[in-house]
Amino acid sequence: MILHELLSYETLRVIWWGLLGVLLIGFALTDGFDMGVGALLPFVGKTDVERRVAINTVGPVWEGNQVWFILGGGAIFAAWPPLYAVSFSGFYLAMFVILAAFILRPVAFKYRSKRDDPRWRMAWDWALFASGAIPALLFGVAVGNVIQGVPFHFTEDLHTIYEGVWYIKFIGLLDPFSILAGVVSLAMLVMHGGAWLTLKAEGAVQARARAIGSVAALIAVGAYAVAGIWMAFGIEGYRIVGDYVTGGPSNPLHFEVEKTATWFTAYSDRPWIVIAPVMGLLGGVLTFLGLRAGREVSTLLFSKMAILGVISSVGLTMFPFIMPSSSDPGSSLTVWNSSSSHLTLFIMLVVTAIFMPLILMYTAWVYKVLWGKVTEADVTDNSHSVY
Amino acid sequence: MEFGIVELSRLQFAMTAMYHFLFVPLTLGLSILVAIMETVYVMTNRPIWRQMTKFWGTLFGINFVLGVATGITMEFQFGMNWSYYSHYVGDIFGAPLAIEGLMAFFLEATFVGLFFFGWDKLSKVAHLTVAWLVAIGSNFSALWILIANGWMQNPVGAEFNPQTMRMEMTDFFEVLFNEVAQAKFVHTVSAGYVTASVFVIGVSAWYLLKGRHTELARRSITVGAAFGLASAFSVVLLGDESGYSATHSQKMKLAAIEAMWETHEAPAPFNLIGFPDQEARETHYAIEIPWAMGLIGTRSLTTEIPGINDLVAQAETRIRSGIIAYDALMHIREMRDAADPAITATFEAHSADLGFAFLLKKYVDDPRTATEEQIVAASNDTVPTVWPLFWAFRIMVALGFGFIATMAYFFYRASFKGMHFPRPALWLAVVMIPAPWIAAELGWFVAEFGRQPWTVDGVLPTAMSVSALSITEVALTLAGFVLFYTVLFIIEMGLMLKYIRKGPFQDVSETDAWVLRHNDRLAGRQNADAIAMPAE
Repeated sequence: MILHELLSYETLRVIWWGLLGVLLIGFALTDGFDMGVGALLPFVGKTDVERRVAINTVGPVWEGNQVWFILGGGAIFAAWPPLYAVSFSGFYLAMFVILAAFILRPVAFKYRSKRDDPRWRMAWDWALFASGAIPALLFGVAVGNVIQGVPFHFTEDLHTIYEGVWYIKFIGLLDPFSILAGVVSLAMLVMHGGAWLTLKAEGAVQARARAIGSVAALIAVGAYAVAGIWMAFGIEGYRIVGDYVTGGPSNPLHFEVEKTATWFTAYSDRPWIVIAPVMGLLGGVLTFLGLRAGREVSTLLFSKMAILGVISSVGLTMFPFIMPSSSDPGSSLTVWNSSSSHLTLFIMLVVTAIFMPLILMYTAWVYKVLWGKVTEADVTDNSHSVY
Repeated sequence: MEFGIVELSRLQFAMTAMYHFLFVPLTLGLSILVAIMETVYVMTNRPIWRQMTKFWGTLFGINFVLGVATGITMEFQFGMNWSYYSHYVGDIFGAPLAIEGLMAFFLEATFVGLFFFGWDKLSKVAHLTVAWLVAIGSNFSALWILIANGWMQNPVGAEFNPQTMRMEMTDFFEVLFNEVAQAKFVHTVSAGYVTASVFVIGVSAWYLLKGRHTELARRSITVGAAFGLASAFSVVLLGDESGYSATHSQKMKLAAIEAMWETHEAPAPFNLIGFPDQEARETHYAIEIPWAMGLIGTRSLTTEIPGINDLVAQAETRIRSGIIAYDALMHIREMRDAADPAITATFEAHSADLGFAFLLKKYVDDPRTATEEQIVAASNDTVPTVWPLFWAFRIMVALGFGFIATMAYFFYRASFKGMHFPRPALWLAVVMIPAPWIAAELGWFVAEFGRQPWTVDGVLPTAMSVSALSITEVALTLAGFVLFYTVLFIIEMGLMLKYIRKGPFQDVSETDAWVLRHNDRLAGRQNADAIAMPAE
């Protein structure tokens, strides 16, 4: 097949770096409100009916939303195999916790309403809370670690060796900066969940979601600003040194990398990227105001804008780095050294170009069918067919 | 066996994969059966078919969610526990996984919510379309994961790239139309259809024995038996197709399943039963069917199928060739672009055997320094443990023929005996419920255990594929999975049984009224046999 040479290897890598961002953002925008609603569940619903209203706002869509997460994993595997190998094995126990949450959550949604016993339902409510809040926190913690660099190196055979004994590998993830990043992520998704419930619920559930969501929005904006200042002045960055090619074989060991004082030189090299953090901050503030004012559709859009800004700001600031190595910078994964082959990237792009628009179309149709508020009457009248 | 990181990782993978496959076959088949029932409802407008759709749909939902949830473990585990594998073959193996997400998971997951929540929000035809999209999505996902697995069995369309130290795709269509993958796909989905048919017939038989929900049960058996009979034939025929394709792609697996130690002059006999002895390399008390193996494996009377001893000798040759490739690779890796063209040519000539040199890594760090004894030991390692394969395969095949017989019987009673079933047959149907799961798990065992010592046949040994983790980490997650999965299994079985005992609980009064009217109408007619029409 010669067709794939229509697009240069370098171009395909940048496209796939962008698509990685699209998938992560798609995941945060859709599954994000499921996690947010889960984390909010015990607090927005005081009675069983109120909790069922909250659950049923995401009831018909969480399954599709979760696929963004699964596809994210699959796309990293297909397009960035070294990243997949290093991150999933390096964050081993943390990944297990996230995995457990993503198994528990579907089961909790599906099984909670299958018995009337209050203790049964209470147990699943806490399962929904934990499986929403814990991954929301851990995703941020993971990003915090990636920004600072992760202690791994490659052998000549490209075996990944992760430094440290197992409990240090796990507990060591929780350094102060990463915890702050976790707070940003958790607060942001709780805010998003609050905005979703404002749109889809009414009465007491909506009032509580607005109150908690607006506090979460303030925390998200504040923590994000502090993390940004910390990153500018207190976190080392990385850069590629020496001669290198951007369209060469994907072998991290062919590159030389050194640490620099800060990642923020990116903002002098590519000033336009400042749009991302501005969107993040502005989106957060507007979500706060929208929740206070009780605006529904626009608040959810502002919340989406905040998420888009926050996630893309990390990627754009670090470009071309994807996962730097703190212990052996020469093993760092960048856009130029950790992709799949030219052919695989091309084929995956063709497949994505065909199916992604279809997915967006039918997902939009499903949301349209389900448009409108979930009321207490909906839940009590249709006990057989809803959660 | 010594329990190191490789064995623990394998145990965890086997356990989580087999657990995942408790839910998958029922999802594959029941999604289609439910869609068929809803199709009948939309075509005839008879409420009982809507009730059937909702009832089996409820059981489908309880099962589906665990299939989805435990599937995530499978995707994560490649990166978590098999990171060298992920690096080494991700360029090929990752693609079908990602396409599975794009093409199949989104489809089934987006519409499954609407299937349960959309009864009042959608027109009849729109809801039926949703049901079919869920079924199609589920079955597409099987296609892509089996293309990925088929590549592990028969790695076509790829070659090793010394610059990146990994396998890279050379031809996507070869990966896609890999004959092993295509045969496996139809075999596996048919197995899922049989599973769902046996399940539907078994649960319905229990209702008939208890005298409950008889109208729903008899119609369900009729649908299940018709669909199940076609599927049972398909599963056996396509299993045969898998055997045929294994003859040229996975000779060792085939020989091990057959416990065929020596190459037999064509056409080889089939060992019906026997007792394989790995030490002595012979099979005791074998009962042979003359010619059968040659016919199944080669579809000819003149082509030879190599036995295990000859294959070990071939492996030894390939190990020696692999060492040459490895030596050249070390030079290329050192020199990068400045590598000597002569050595690059040597590498290319021997690169197909590189994986065989890796078999020596179990014994020495540098395969070039391996002793003669180590080379012999590594070639003997290419033989999987024979007796479990031999027996697992035979039990699976026996069950497969059992399904054909059972389905044919129920189909006959449903079609020609007015949907009346004798009690012993109904009891048999209830007792048979676990059988398709046993057959499916044994089938996967044969496919995966039979590929050992490789993760990717002839390319990457299992021992080299693992992540550099500590025993503690893997032991912790393994214990976590055992605990977590056991609790989920108990909860799932509890709910399944609760909802089976409860029976259909939706649209009850409307359906009962229709059944009364309908039976009166039939009684007034002369030809009461009309009740046997499947459209009812």
